[in-house]
Amino acid sequence: MFQVRIHGRGGQGVVTAAEVLSVAAYLEGKHAQAFPSFGSERKGAPVVAFCRIDDKEIRLREPILEPDALIVQDPTLFKAIDVCQGFKPGGYLLVNSNRSLNELHLDVVKQMPAGHVLTVPASELALKHIGRPLPNAALLGAFAALTGIVHLKSVVAAIRDAFESEKIANANVAAATAAHDAIASVTAAG
Amino acid sequence: MRKQIEGSRAMAEAVGLCRPEVICAYPITPQTHIVEGLGEMVRTGEIKNCEFINVESEFAALSVAIGASAAGARAYTATASQGLLFMAEAVYNASGLGLPIVMTLGNRAIGAPINIWNDHSDAMAVCDSGWMQLFAETNQEAADLHIQAFRLAEELSIPVMVCVDGFILTHAVERVDVPEQADVDAYLPPYEPVQVLDPNDPISIGAMVGPDAFTEVRYLQHYKQTLALRLIPEYAAEFKKKFGRDSGGLLRTYQTEDAELIVVAMGSVNGTIKDTIDEMRADGLKVGLVTLVSFRPFPTTALREKLVRTRNVVVIEKSLAVGMGGPLANNVDLALRNVAGAPQVHSVIAGLGGRPITRASLHRVLRRAFVQPWEGSHFLDLNEEIVAKELHYVRKVRRSGPTAENILRRLGQAAEKAAV
Amino acid sequence: MDATQKLHFYQKGTFTVGNRLVSEEQRSVQASTDRSNALTCGHRACQGCGEALGARYAMDAAMRATGGNVIAVNATGCLEVFTTPYPETSWQTPWLHSLFGNAAAVATGVAAAMRVKGRHEVRALAQGGDGGTTDIGFGCLSGMFERNDDVLYICYDNEAYMNTGVQRSSATPPAARTATTPAMGPQPGNVFGTGKNVPKIAVAHGIPYVATATVADLHDLERKVIKAMGIHGARYLHIHVPCPLGWGAASHDTIRLARLAVECGLFPVFEAEHGVVTGCRKIRRQVPVEEYLRPQRRFAHLFTEAGKERIRHLQALADRNIAEYHLVDAEGDG
Repeated sequence: MFQVRIHGRGGQGVVTAAEVLSVAAYLEGKHAQAFPSFGSERKGAPVVAFCRIDDKEIRLREPILEPDALIVQDPTLFKAIDVCQGFKPGGYLLVNSNRSLNELHLDVVKQMPAGHVLTVPASELALKHIGRPLPNAALLGAFAALTGIVHLKSVVAAIRDAFESEKIANANVAAATAAHDAIASVTAAG
Repeated sequence: MRKQIEGSRAMAEAVGLCRPEVICAYPITPQTHIVEGLGEMVRTGEIKNCEFINVESEFAALSVAIGASAAGARAYTATASQGLLFMAEAVYNASGLGLPIVMTLGNRAIGAPINIWNDHSDAMAVCDSGWMQLFAETNQEAADLHIQAFRLAEELSIPVMVCVDGFILTHAVERVDVPEQADVDAYLPPYEPVQVLDPNDPISIGAMVGPDAFTEVRYLQHYKQTLALRLIPEYAAEFKKKFGRDSGGLLRTYQTEDAELIVVAMGSVNGTIKDTIDEMRADGLKVGLVTLVSFRPFPTTALREKLVRTRNVVVIEKSLAVGMGGPLANNVDLALRNVAGAPQVHSVIAGLGGRPITRASLHRVLRRAFVQPWEGSHFLDLNEEIVAKELHYVRKVRRSGPTAENILRRLGQAAEKAAV
Repeated sequence: MDATQKLHFYQKGTFTVGNRLVSEEQRSVQASTDRSNALTCGHRACQGCGEALGARYAMDAAMRATGGNVIAVNATGCLEVFTTPYPETSWQTPWLHSLFGNAAAVATGVAAAMRVKGRHEVRALAQGGDGGTTDIGFGCLSGMFERNDDVLYICYDNEAYMNTGVQRSSATPPAARTATTPAMGPQPGNVFGTGKNVPKIAVAHGIPYVATATVADLHDLERKVIKAMGIHGARYLHIHVPCPLGWGAASHDTIRLARLAVECGLFPVFEAEHGVVTGCRKIRRQVPVEEYLRPQRRFAHLFTEAGKERIRHLQALADRNIAEYHLVDAEGDG
C-alpha cells in the first residue's frame, strides 16, 4: 500500500487533489481511497487530505499516520503544524515553492534519499496556465513524475473527469503537464 | 457500473435507482452531499417522477415523508445527530404507524459538546424506536443497503435507517459498483402499500389507542422485526445472486472459526480491525471478528452461534450509554445471556466524537484482553492525564467553568508544551 | 363580484334567515341532503363545541368543492381526540393524525404524493387547533407557507390548549384566565403585550389566500373554504370557534359569543391574497367589548373596579382592529 498525505490550506484544493489522485490510481486498475481530515468549511485554515493506493482492496480507515509521500501545497504550514509527523524514511516529499530546497531550510530533508525531495513552483505554474494560484493539479503532475506511482496520462484523465468545464480542465491539465515535465527533466538530469 | 466516487454520491445514485417518489431533507453535516446529489439528479431528470422538497427542519423532513408514505408514495430522507433528535417524535410516529420510509443516517456524535465527527450515538439514541437499523462497513455496502432497505421496509411496513459513518464513509472517495436500473427494478418492485390514504377508500390512520390495545400493537411491531431476522438474510442472498456480491445480511465473520478472542463491531471500523487481525494472526494470536450489519433487529441467535465457542469477546463500539457503559456491549450480552460456559465479554468505547481508531491502539487493547481482562468499559486512547487534571481542579474550585472548554484549554496547553 | 344574495329579514332582533328563503345555489352545503358528512355524527365533542361545528361545515364544503377528493391531516388536539375515540372514527374521508406540531408538513407530503402519482384532483387539507398551529406547529406552518405547498391549512382557534385542560397558548387573548394564566396577582389572566396574530403572519408570507372566519357566519365560512379549494398553493383559514368549557360560557351561547367577538371588533373577519387584504366583513352593529366578555367566566375577574382599566385596554385593541380593517362604515350600517 502506498500512502499519500496532502497538506494545504482551505481553498487550495487539497481535498480535490486527494480525490483526483485516487481517480488516477483507479484508472490504472488500482484500488484507491481518498478522504479529508474533516472540519467545517473555512478558507485559510490548515487542511489535510489522504490518499491510499493499493493493488488489493483497502480496508483500513485510520488517518494516514505514516505517509510514504507528503505533498505540501503551502510551505508556511511547516511552521504551523508538524507536517512531517510519521513520515517514513525513504518517502517522497513534494513542496509547492518557487524557492530551492536549500532556501526552505527543512531539517527532514537531511535524512532523505537523493531525488526524493523536490520543490515545484506549482502556484506560479497554476497562475500561468489556469489564471488562479490553485497548485493542486500542478502538484499532482509533479507527483507522478517524482514517484512514478501513477502515470501522467492517468492524472490527466482524472483531472478531465473532475471538471465540468472543458476550458478549466484543459488549463489544469496544462499546469499538471508542465509541472510533470519540469520534474521529469530534473530527475532525468539529476 | 464501477466508479471511483464519493460515498455520498454513490448512496445518492443508489437511492435514485430505487425510484423514490418524494425526497425531503434538511441539510446537516455530514449528510449534505447525499441530498445535494439527489436534488441535482431530480433537477436534471436523472431521477424521474420525484418530488424534491426543501424543508425547514428535520422535524418537517420526516413529517413530509410520513405524509407522503401514508399517501402511497415511496419516501426518503436523510439526517444525522442533532437532526435525528430534532425529528425524534416523528421517528417514533413513523414506526408506530408502520410507514416504510427509508432514511440515511450519517452517523455523527450528539452534542453537547457540539461535534460534527463520526460516532454512533445518534443511532443509539433511537435504536428502540421500532426502526430497523443496518450499518454499512464500506461505501459499496452503503449503496447496496439502501436498495435492500426499500425492499425490507415495504415488505414489512417498517421504516429502515441505513447507518453510514459520517465523513469516514460519506466523504471518502473509493470504488463503488453502482447497479444498473434494470437490475434494481427486478429486485425492488413498485411500492404496494399495506395502508393508504385514498378518497376512493377512506380510512382513518393515527387514532388514539388505549390500554386495552396498545400492548398488542407494540408486540406486533416487535414481532415484525423478528420476521425481519429471516428476511434480511433472504434478501441479502437474493441480492448476491442478482448483483454478484455479499452485501447486507445480519452479520458476517472474519477468521472466527478457531478464534480465542472475537471482536464485535459495527460500521467502517471493521476494515481497520481486519487489518489488525491479520497482523495479530501473523504473531500467532488467534483473533477473529464478527461484523454486525443488522443492529435492529438484533440478531441474538445468529450472534450467539458465532460467539459461544470462543473464550473472549471484545465489543468495540463508537457509542457510550452515559452512566451505564457500552450499549452495543450490552446488546451482545443479551446474545450470551443464560448460556452455560459463555465467553467473557469486554467492552471498549472508542472513536467517540470522531477520534480515529488506529491499528496501534487496537493492537494494545486486544492484546490486553488476552492477558488482563477488565470490568466495565475501557475507553480507548483516553487522555488520563487531562482527565485527572480536570477532576483535581473541580474538586478544588466550585466555579470551575464548563468542562469542555477546560479540556480544550488543557489540550492546547499540552500541545504548546510539546511544540516547545 | 359579490355572490351574496340580498335578504329581507322577517324576524326582528335576529340575523337568522331560514334556508328556504335563500335561493338553492346560495344555500349552505350543510343544507343539502347529499352533503358528504365527512365529519359524521357520533363524535364525542362537548355540547356546544364551536370546533365541531366549524369543522363539520369546513370539511363538507371542502368535499363539495373537490368532488369528495380531500385527504385530511389532523394535528393532535380536541378535534382529533373527539372524532376518533378508540375504537371508532367519525371521519368519512381519508384522515391521518401524525403528531401535534407537524400537520402542515405531513400535508405537504400528502400533496407531494398526489402530484407524483398524477392524482391532481386530490387535495390536501391540514387542520389543527390554535395550540398546534400558532405554537408548536408554527415552524412547520411557516415552512409550508414559504414553499407555497398546495395545502389548505385550517386553524380552529378556541384560544387555548383545551384538550389538555385549558392552558394558555399564543392565541389566548390578553386578560383571559386559563390554567396557566390564572386570575391572580397584579396582572390576573393572560398578560397584555403577548400573543401572536397568525392570520397577519400568514398574510405577511404572501401566500395566495388567507382568511379569517367564524362560526357566527357559517355561510361565509363555507364560501371561504370553497374559494380556497379553487386556488392552488398555500392557503390559510383561521376560524374563531368558541369553547364553552374553556371559556366558561353556556353551551348554547357558542354562536352568539362568536358573533359578539366579531361585532365588538376583537375578531376581525377579513380576506387577503398574496399579502394584501382584499376585503372584510363589516360589523353590522358595533357593541362594546363588555358585551362579549361578560358571558365568559374566563373574563369574570375583569368585572371589578381593578378590571375596568383592562377592559378599556381590550376596547382599545378592538378599536384598533376596527380602524385597521375598516370594519365599521362611517355612515350607518348596511
